[in-house]
Amino acid sequence: MEIQVIGGAANKIAVAMVPFKAAPGQPVPALTQIAGDDLNRSGQFKLVDVGGMPQPAESAQINYGAWRSKGADAMVVGQVAALPGGRFEIRFRLLDVVKQTQLAGYSYTISAAQWRATAHQIANIVYERLTGIPGAFGSRIAYVQKQGKSFELRVADADGQNPRTVVRSVEPLISPMFSPDGTRLVYVSFEDKKPIVYVQSLQDGARRKLAAFKGSNSAPAWSPDGRRLAVVLTRDEASQIYLINADGSGLVRLTRGGNIDTEPVFSPDGQTVYFTSDRGGSAQIYRVAASGGEPKRVTFNGSYNVSPAISPDGRHLAYISREGGRFSVVLHELASGQTRVLTDTARDESPSFAPNGQAVLYATVEGGRGILGTVSLDGKTRARLSEPGVDAREPAWGP
Amino acid sequence: MNKIFWPVLLALTLSACGTTGGTQATVEDRTGGNAASAGQAAGAGKTAGTETTALGGAGVAGSALDGSYAGDPRKNPASPLSTRSIFFDFDSFVVKAEYRPVLEAHAGYLLSKRDARVILQGNADERGSREYNLALGQKRAEAVRKALAVLGVGEAQLEAVSFGEEKPRNEASTEEAYAENRRTDVVYADE
Repeated sequence: MEIQVIGGAANKIAVAMVPFKAAPGQPVPALTQIAGDDLNRSGQFKLVDVGGMPQPAESAQINYGAWRSKGADAMVVGQVAALPGGRFEIRFRLLDVVKQTQLAGYSYTISAAQWRATAHQIANIVYERLTGIPGAFGSRIAYVQKQGKSFELRVADADGQNPRTVVRSVEPLISPMFSPDGTRLVYVSFEDKKPIVYVQSLQDGARRKLAAFKGSNSAPAWSPDGRRLAVVLTRDEASQIYLINADGSGLVRLTRGGNIDTEPVFSPDGQTVYFTSDRGGSAQIYRVAASGGEPKRVTFNGSYNVSPAISPDGRHLAYISREGGRFSVVLHELASGQTRVLTDTARDESPSFAPNGQAVLYATVEGGRGILGTVSLDGKTRARLSEPGVDAREPAWGP
Repeated sequence: MNKIFWPVLLALTLSACGTTGGTQATVEDRTGGNAASAGQAAGAGKTAGTETTALGGAGVAGSALDGSYAGDPRKNPASPLSTRSIFFDFDSFVVKAEYRPVLEAHAGYLLSKRDARVILQGNADERGSREYNLALGQKRAEAVRKALAVLGVGEAQLEAVSFGEEKPRNEASTEEAYAENRRTDVVYADE
């Protein structure tokens, strides 16, 4: 993983991630490395170099003055002990170096399959204690990977690691989205020679067609309560937005007119649907009440603003804006209408917010290949998630 | 002699190209040979499948005398029915006037064969959002669907779908490739 930090480091919390102590000869997976990468990628932390420093495992062993002189505001120490049956006990503490007090202390008993999840959990605790905002490092992402002529829908950890393929097809797959409870994915498959919307359980892999009407079926988006979805159908002519229950019943049409209405997404309170439309002559973002009514235009700058995503607190939109032939991720504060370009790449697509609203996941193209990246809301910290040599697109951040 | 083999060869060449295959110009380039090469092509084609067998039986009787085409009329390279791709200008969804004979021919065929169904597959170039491009491709498919409907083809015979930017004919990122990818393909359900 490659983390690229742009611009000033003002207000970053300096944290020392001290490697955890273990019995001699016992392998210690890179817990503090994984957790440190998580914190670094958020843009709100800088990691203190722990090279050449003593590696305490308990608070009583800490020389706070030495860590303070290294610039540390906080530090994480811990230890790993092997238990019978291939299990491990992990104990860790988060300490305030300035006040010389403990901020958090936890122990976990885990199996060998839970190292990464535990590292993300440690990062979540550090992040929340020090910023006051819940961490999202234990969440998952979905994306589509193209490999030769094969398309794979994959689910990975939020840092891009631990990918698992949940659908493989020789025809394109697009537009995945997690259900709000994270147990299902909805996506569009072209396997039947036209776009059809499928819902698939991540627990048993069972799936069914949610929308397979005459014409094209696409752009699915869950409502926040997971009980229904917005989809785009062409059964009544142009691409229009409909609402459908998660079991496929109760289809109702939400937008009307002969123009393109697509890429719907629900506001966090479920009351509003944001979408892309060319009804005003160019592609812009609009909103409409989920109960129906007259859409209102939201974006006015430029001639191409598409793919809206809404932050979990409902205050920001992220979308793709074309300016001078370049497609970039833009953050738009709904109350003020103020916008900020978050990326400096030219072919960005498919933004989605982290569950804690603190970063945006998106796809772009680098060296002719699709890659996934995250960017902090101030645009100053960007991280590339994709492994080299992989062609990835259509990312969606889930719970 | 040569004249008799012409339509057979043309049909074989075209079917080898597939349903979305070459334009008439491409076919003519390939047939520039003499009777001997025509005979070879016909011989080779016999193993190629059912289409070839049907054409071989009927070709001699009808083709040479009155100029009509004895095979599947949709595959007659001399007919506008063999044109299966309608190309669009950048950001445009208007079917250009040059395609009028093509659409009239397809409408005529569909009106004469009420059990025939056609799928209109719209496409877009790769720039921008995949879902928005899906909607743009749909608009191009709808433009062709509406044109056929205006010519009297029944709703049940037509389905407009979109592949968006997902199935480019030309995968390059050039203006020329984009122009090839902004199109609607006319695909018969029984082909």
